[in-house]
Amino acid sequence: MKKYDAIVIGAGHNGLTNAAYLAKSGLDVAVLERNPYIGGATVSRELHRGWTYSNCSYVCSLLRPEIARDLELPRHGLQVVPYGGGVTFMRNGDYYGNYYDHNRQYREMARHSKRDANAYERYTTDVMKQTRLIRPYLLRRPPDPTSLKPRDLRDLLGFARSFMEMGEEGLADTLRFWTKSVGDYLNEYFETDAIKAHLGGTGVIGTALGVYSPGTAYVLLHHYMGDVDGNVGSWGFARGGMGAVAAALEKSFRAFGGEVICDADVDRIIVRHGKVRGVALKNGDEYLADIVVSNLDPRRTFLDVMDEGDLSAELLHRARNFKIRGSSGKLNIALDGLPSFHGLDKSSPLMVGDMHFTDSLERLERAYDDWKDGTWSKDPYVDMLIPTQTDPTMAPPGKHMMTVFVQYAPPKINGGEWTDADKAGFEKSVIDQIAAHSPDFRDLILHCETRTPREIEAETGLTEGNIFQGELTFDQLLFNRPFPGYSQYRGPVRGMYMCGSGTHPGGGVMAAPGANAAREILRDLRRPDVVPGGYADD
Amino acid sequence: MKSASDATMMLRTPFHSRVAAACELNAWGTWKGYTTPTAYTDVELEYFAIRSTAGVFDLSPMNKYRITGPDAEAYLNRLVTRDVSKIRAGRVGYTVWCNDAGQVMDDGTIFHLGENDYRVCAFARATDWLHWSALGFDVEVVDESDEVAALAVQGPTSCAALLAMGLVGLEQLKPFGLTMFPFEGGTLMVSRTGFTGDLGYELWIAADKAELLWDRLFEAGRPHLIKPFGSDALDMARIEAGFLQAGVDFVPAESAVRSGRSRSPYELGLGWLVDMDKPVFNGRKALLREQARGSRYRFAMLDVDGNKPASHSFILSGGKKVGTVTSAAWCPTAKTNVAFAQLEMPHGDVGQELVAEIYYQRELQWTRVMAPCRVIGAPVFNPPRRRAVPPGAF
Repeated sequence: MKKYDAIVIGAGHNGLTNAAYLAKSGLDVAVLERNPYIGGATVSRELHRGWTYSNCSYVCSLLRPEIARDLELPRHGLQVVPYGGGVTFMRNGDYYGNYYDHNRQYREMARHSKRDANAYERYTTDVMKQTRLIRPYLLRRPPDPTSLKPRDLRDLLGFARSFMEMGEEGLADTLRFWTKSVGDYLNEYFETDAIKAHLGGTGVIGTALGVYSPGTAYVLLHHYMGDVDGNVGSWGFARGGMGAVAAALEKSFRAFGGEVICDADVDRIIVRHGKVRGVALKNGDEYLADIVVSNLDPRRTFLDVMDEGDLSAELLHRARNFKIRGSSGKLNIALDGLPSFHGLDKSSPLMVGDMHFTDSLERLERAYDDWKDGTWSKDPYVDMLIPTQTDPTMAPPGKHMMTVFVQYAPPKINGGEWTDADKAGFEKSVIDQIAAHSPDFRDLILHCETRTPREIEAETGLTEGNIFQGELTFDQLLFNRPFPGYSQYRGPVRGMYMCGSGTHPGGGVMAAPGANAAREILRDLRRPDVVPGGYADD
Repeated sequence: MKSASDATMMLRTPFHSRVAAACELNAWGTWKGYTTPTAYTDVELEYFAIRSTAGVFDLSPMNKYRITGPDAEAYLNRLVTRDVSKIRAGRVGYTVWCNDAGQVMDDGTIFHLGENDYRVCAFARATDWLHWSALGFDVEVVDESDEVAALAVQGPTSCAALLAMGLVGLEQLKPFGLTMFPFEGGTLMVSRTGFTGDLGYELWIAADKAELLWDRLFEAGRPHLIKPFGSDALDMARIEAGFLQAGVDFVPAESAVRSGRSRSPYELGLGWLVDMDKPVFNGRKALLREQARGSRYRFAMLDVDGNKPASHSFILSGGKKVGTVTSAAWCPTAKTNVAFAQLEMPHGDVGQELVAEIYYQRELQWTRVMAPCRVIGAPVFNPPRRRAVPPGAF
């Protein structure tokens, strides 16, 4: 039987990135994917003839440019096209627009509140200070504060130095950012409800917390620390849908001699004498390798594909208590034309950005109340985009595709499984909300794919449908992601590693966990480091 | 006759009313005395219109000269380095022209419109030079810069947008081909040319039909996501595609005051445009001499480490300065940090490792990085759709 140097479980973007770097280093690598198609949650599928959806993840900012360049993803077909700004429609018929251009942004904000427009400049500076602290650590493994190894000590010292450079005020601000609620944080700067709601939404995306829950300010920061071509905080579309990210990574991996095997559902990681030996599939096939890397989330990794007997009780306990709660759903809609929205010209640049209908933090918090009550939000927060305004490849000319991320949707309905009737109710709450601001929207719908946490988990394997492979709260970040003692991508068994978004620096189609894990694996194998370091911001 | 003050006012192109309406940022620059936008809405988004959908650029200020008469081909053949007899009617040729010292005066395109009928598009104003060169040839030289309006339509959906405008058969036009269509009682000339390195076309029309053309184009192009773009976005695209810009990447020979500041075609990487089989053309002797003795400089495209554009950088080899950068940009589609450099010979072999000394400023503090870079042999962006006949819908 053929033996590989390494096997990666799961052809998501991190699994493919990890595999690409191992293959680039000269290893013989196979990626095993459960589905008949690759991508995990970075996937594009045609479910309605002529329309391509970004079925799960839908926008791109955090994907590390160092990796895209190093793995030659543009040559392999990836193009990330930025979109500018966004808009929040208000119940009174007005809207708040977030312009890409700084001066237009100021004027639009001043239309609602001159004071907020001024405060926004202070707010941006404060947020940028925080991204500057974090960004250098994205393409590094998190230092272990309990380790005395020179590498950890050196990294910790560097971290401490950039901390001290921020001064007392900056330090206090950092702690506020990592512990505060996004609602409280925004209240310190702004007075206008719609502006706070527009900015605050990113603090709860993918998170089972409300805008007034402590820790959500960091989630906002997580959405700010990416960049498109050096513009920190910008977001873009992958041309052809997010599946283009996975497709380019796969091509890069194959160019290094790697092998992707689909329809390969891993049953368990084979461990003998405390060492990894390979994996066994559900159909009984076995693949051998001394290195097995899991791109699955920490729960699935330790509670599903590893044998409990191979793990310590403490680790099992931690895995069981890892916070990975389902909180969101998704609608992907094929449209017969570009819908019109109250008060907005169809040629407005705001149409190209992210659209929302929640005009106060209060409404955001009420949407969370429904989640706590065990049901979907009756008045949900949506993050809605129409990428076919800049991407001609995803729908026929003149037709459009809409991606609607929906917060909140619980993993279970009042403790029970989602039923089809629940799914229909969830879908209706979203479509009703959009239609309330767009008179022609309902008539333009040709097809709608609705995904509750049930569908997300069934298709991608993400536990409870949690999009980040585990919540991005401070207790599960840096050296605590996924658990203390396991943050440097090494598993509990020799030869076993983790490379998913459940590891540092977390989710959001960054590809950083996959790359960082590859660096550690190559280090253990005493092979040269082929993984790029991060670009310096300054 | 216009008063002196009117005659010297900044000019507006024939598309100005439409351009001004679309120019949300009011970001205006000048180009050869014309008011033209540097950006309409956002430079990045405009750049991506070129690379993902279709972008429209008003290139009316381009200098355009009509050359007609029985000696037109012979005249041009002496003027430029390429063999003009090989540019058949209905074809366009990119070329340079030199002075007697074999130094590049300008680069441009020659449109072979019909028998004894050519149009030359040039960066620099060339009326004086063209008339001077006509001595002894039976040709007429007319400056038609103000009479001919032009739009570049560039990007993956450009062909689809123009087909939607009713330009039947355009998909069969080959790169560097040109063709005519009737348009509102006049003639619309379309060439498959451009300065972006992508699939693209240029539309040429009498100035009085310019606004109508703009309106038709944008109406038909809407489902194909057409957008106007300004000169800043064009600059990003042309660097990514490896195109030199006269006045930026070389000094037009006749405007170089200091000796040694002009460049030969060989020194600009444009030796492929020089046809030594032609017995006579301007600069031939000097270029033969250069071939025998060797060039002084070499043009090189560099792939620079990191994400800081190497604008105006010195290029070092073994710690010694061997050249300077003329253009540099982070290329958003190729995700590569590209620089064009003038290197002293013998530097610049493909694959050579050099160092770019980059200075950049953040909040008033200047920093220097010594970024490793490599000489690359081909532009970082060169998609198959640029050459495809027929091109796809996107």
